[in-house]
Amino acid sequence: MTAIARPLRFSRWIGAPLLACLALSLVLATPIHVLGLPLPEPVTLMVPAFAWGVIRPALAPAFALLLGGLALDVLWGAPSGLWAISLLAGYLPGLAIRNVLAGQSNLVLGVWFAVSCLVAQGVGWLITAAVTGSPPALAATGLQWLSTVLLFPFAVWLIARFRDADVRFR
Amino acid sequence: MSFRDNPFGEVRLPLLLGAAAAAVVALLVAFALLMADRRQTYQTGASSALRRASDQVVAPITGALAAPVRWVGGVGQGISGYFFAASENRRLKTELAAARTWREKAVTLEDENARYRALLGLTLDPPAPMVTARAVSESRGPYANTRLINAGSERGVKVGHPVLTENGLAGRVIGVTPRISRMLMLTDAASRTPVMIQRTRARAILTGDGGWAPELSYLRGRDAAKEGDLVLTSGDGGVLPRGFAVGRVVRGADGGWRVRLATDAAPIDYVRIVLFEDFVTLEDLRTLSRPSPPPPPTPVPALPVPKPKPKPTQAKPVQAIPTQAIPAQAKPPPPPAAQPAPAREPAA
Repeated sequence: MTAIARPLRFSRWIGAPLLACLALSLVLATPIHVLGLPLPEPVTLMVPAFAWGVIRPALAPAFALLLGGLALDVLWGAPSGLWAISLLAGYLPGLAIRNVLAGQSNLVLGVWFAVSCLVAQGVGWLITAAVTGSPPALAATGLQWLSTVLLFPFAVWLIARFRDADVRFR
Repeated sequence: MSFRDNPFGEVRLPLLLGAAAAAVVALLVAFALLMADRRQTYQTGASSALRRASDQVVAPITGALAAPVRWVGGVGQGISGYFFAASENRRLKTELAAARTWREKAVTLEDENARYRALLGLTLDPPAPMVTARAVSESRGPYANTRLINAGSERGVKVGHPVLTENGLAGRVIGVTPRISRMLMLTDAASRTPVMIQRTRARAILTGDGGWAPELSYLRGRDAAKEGDLVLTSGDGGVLPRGFAVGRVVRGADGGWRVRLATDAAPIDYVRIVLFEDFVTLEDLRTLSRPSPPPPPTPVPALPVPKPKPKPTQAKPVQAIPTQAIPAQAKPPPPPAAQPAPAREPAA
């Protein structure tokens, strides 16, 4: 059996990226300043949220994002469910047009990744505005969106690693 | 037939529908959790146990991750201190000379204030004890600005206690475990803090929005604030003590008044938690909300019949009667002992 024909294991394409992103979020929550600036706080789970939708349609990613989002809420002290809803909102656009995205260049994937991140941030912005009664600062929201978009190379790497893992989904 | 002919095309649609259905189910679960969550009831909500448990796990990990960076920073500060000792010494001597002048003024003002307080019979808040702790984790995003600090209920920390840095107010405690507490920063979108402008005593509510400078909401009065005014906690509502430094007024990009926080002057590392008891919690609210007993009936005194007096030749100006001149009999009688009030539930 070749490497390409090997069945896709849940722990490899769902479990490992999920844990890696949560670990990175934990590291970035460290209260340190580098050159006088605090560490950025990107939404690391947007990387697998986008990649999972493009790699293949499955039941597990949605529930993995639910768990990951709840973990982010607990880590960052946000209302329970805020990041789960935002991540799922960012996951759905990639899933919806995965057939269109198949075989496209990295530029197209990058633009769609930025759009997915924008959808996720927009949903989070709306929820926070509704829950707290005051809209969050657009500058802070934009800064987090930008730092998340800069993680796009990791999404490309994840897609390239698992896109051809199952020949039925080519 | 090549793989691109897609012999398994028929399985794509059901899987896609299944993935979408799973996402919808996950969305519904997340939405239900969001509706059930109340950050205000951090200690009593359904998810509080999970949050407290995770705080206890996360804090040591991030604390350990930050330790090497702190050590490296400490070494760097030591090296720069060695090489810049002479210039630092000159700067400190200048500051010391200025501080001596201010010290003399402060002593004079302190004495003057003490005399005024004694004359007015003014009662000040008793000094509250403090606990020093270190921030071990932080979130800086637009939707949540919180920090974990390594002091908890074992050291007397409770929900609502204000947290200070050496520069001013940083936030307040919203969750406590035996050894770890979670602090809500002033910049959090859910943070509301009663403040006042020191120059005009104008009241406002400091409203966080996840940005670097919270907004001054409900600021009343003409020219109530101007650029550079000092902002202090007002103590209104009894949640926070009065007089903690919050920051300086700045004009926001949207034209509104905002506050550049005093705590931005330096990274928030070590903090002090003021073990301040909100005076609302010091009294039994059920007792306070009971209706007061009816006033005692006022006895009607038998007034003497006035005798006609000769009219004065010249009208005298009316003078204010000093309080000390009023005889004791003229004061109203003391109220009787409070009667037991009828049992009544306070309004919700």
